[in-house]
Amino acid sequence: MKIVAVTSCPTGIAHTYMAAEALEQAAKDAGHELKVETQGAAGAEPLPPEDIANADAVVFAADVEVRNRERFAGKPLVQTSVKRAINDAPGVLAEVETAAERGVTAAPATAGPADSLVADAAPALATKVDQQAHLGIRLRGWLMTGVSYMIPFVAAGGILIALAFLLGGPEVANKVNGGTFEGVEYPAVTDLSKLVVQAGWAGLLFKIGATSFFMLVPILAGFIAYAMADRPGLVPGIVAGLLANEIGAGFLGGLVGGLLAGAIVMAIKRVKVPRGVAGIMPVVVIPLVSALVVGALMLVVVGQPIAAATEGLTDWLNGLSGTNAVVLGVLIGLMMAFDMGGPVNKVAYAFGLASLASGNLKVMAAVMAAGMTPPLGLALATVVRPKLFTRAERQAGEAAWLLGASFITEGAIPFAAGDPIRVIPSLMLGSAVTGGLSMVFGSTSRAPHGGIWVLGLVGRPLLYLVAIVAGTIVTAVVVALAKSIGRRVPAEAEPAVMPTGTATATG
Amino acid sequence: MADLITPDLVDLDLAAADRHQATRSLAERLQAAGRVTDLDGFLADVRAREAQMPTGIEGGIGIPHARSAHVTEPTLGFGRSTAGIDFGSDDGPADLIFLIAAPEGGGAEHMNILASLARRLIHASFKEALRTAPDPEAVVNLIKKEVLGQ
Repeated sequence: MKIVAVTSCPTGIAHTYMAAEALEQAAKDAGHELKVETQGAAGAEPLPPEDIANADAVVFAADVEVRNRERFAGKPLVQTSVKRAINDAPGVLAEVETAAERGVTAAPATAGPADSLVADAAPALATKVDQQAHLGIRLRGWLMTGVSYMIPFVAAGGILIALAFLLGGPEVANKVNGGTFEGVEYPAVTDLSKLVVQAGWAGLLFKIGATSFFMLVPILAGFIAYAMADRPGLVPGIVAGLLANEIGAGFLGGLVGGLLAGAIVMAIKRVKVPRGVAGIMPVVVIPLVSALVVGALMLVVVGQPIAAATEGLTDWLNGLSGTNAVVLGVLIGLMMAFDMGGPVNKVAYAFGLASLASGNLKVMAAVMAAGMTPPLGLALATVVRPKLFTRAERQAGEAAWLLGASFITEGAIPFAAGDPIRVIPSLMLGSAVTGGLSMVFGSTSRAPHGGIWVLGLVGRPLLYLVAIVAGTIVTAVVVALAKSIGRRVPAEAEPAVMPTGTATATG
Repeated sequence: MADLITPDLVDLDLAAADRHQATRSLAERLQAAGRVTDLDGFLADVRAREAQMPTGIEGGIGIPHARSAHVTEPTLGFGRSTAGIDFGSDDGPADLIFLIAAPEGGGAEHMNILASLARRLIHASFKEALRTAPDPEAVVNLIKKEVLGQ
């Protein structure tokens, strides 16, 4: 019989390993094939998914919550204490045999402190899928892990920025970062101790929100790598995310960086090293080598093409200035929703700013409207078709109303990062509709940001709202359709993926 | 990295009225060797772990242990008691006491050593050899051989 086991105890330095050894010995004596994942202080080497898929039964010998237990859903399960496994491993295995025969299945992962704001890892029905689908499911699990850690940053930062706009007016962004608003030139705050004096309390909110937003991409990349390679993945992942910020690669750059970082750490872990070096692998060698490799890739292989592409796109867009206004609006819409704060979005936004400075207020209006529909459309979709979203995504959807209304396009990133292939094209379609309509209606905006809170500075405001609502509905409908396609199950299996923290830190 | 265990961390004639006294007696050896910086702080950490669930396991073994900020190096203190000391196992008192001290922020290499030590404790031959070891040096050599492969 093939058995997989997880052992885990409060401190994670003794009983976890004794239970593992006892179970392995007893399995050997009884002629079973047993593999153990020790969730102890030495860091857990996760069981290969193939082994879990092939296992006839599962044993949890644990005194603390088993991490990522959703991987074992649907398998016959015996749960016991670590001590029982140590004292009577043959007895535990006898129970396992009975459970396997009777098909006592593992309850879907629910219990435990971990499943609060946490998205799913790979839904654990990977038993009957081919290798290709297998990677797809794992990939989604990695992305969703990164997203689940990122969402609180989006919510906190986005709501703070929206509040700053509400309390301090849209010019608060310029008071903090500098620039011109409604013809008034504001100097940037260079000395943070003068932040409140220069920009007011709203400026304080804005600065804190912006700082939280700065962490979106590093957290996303860091925890994608963490999901792939456990704790050693964090350093290269976060470094990759910070560099994605630096080179203006946006969340897509961070997503790629996080996956690269995870893959590099996974590869390094496979290298067999002498015992003397093994000791310094997790703390020195792996972070050093992986951060160096992924950092170099981000700067050289990813960064330079992005800089070139940004330049090319800007030239191209400037060349289109005289063409059909509606086509321009559609194009701007597509660009705004493509990467939400990434290089393509930035080109479109910068084009809007330049048009505003040269007196063309229509382009700015289209840019802002097209940047509002991605979060709004997704928020609508989570309300209309909640079953298509994980719980974490539904909670992100609640914040997305405010973020979208405030022209904080980043509110859509959690959705786009978790399922880019389906979500991004849908967002682009909705934003294209809004961008085009805004141009058709001839709406104008004298404000470069602020969303519906600057409606007073918008020309033809009612038609402007119509354009935004239309794009929001298109986005929601298309997202719902796209998410219904090619989906084996609704994303309702959303077990906890976050390690219980305490299990290793204090345990 | 310092040795996991040295002869002066071994007490082949551990006499103690209860597990707390036994733990303290071994911890004092760790303190004398400079492995524990704050004896009472460390003992409080061990006691906190012990309170969650007794660490005794069947076969006469007690494993008081903790990850503690007052520990400088992953260290094993070993005591052998002829009378036996109750560590809360159902089958009676323990005669082999392992005090495992891990530093709070111990890296994976530390934890791997302690993990392989814990794995050895399951084996009857290892326990038997510890019960018959003639002197502290023999105990140290045995543990080094079994746990570290040295």
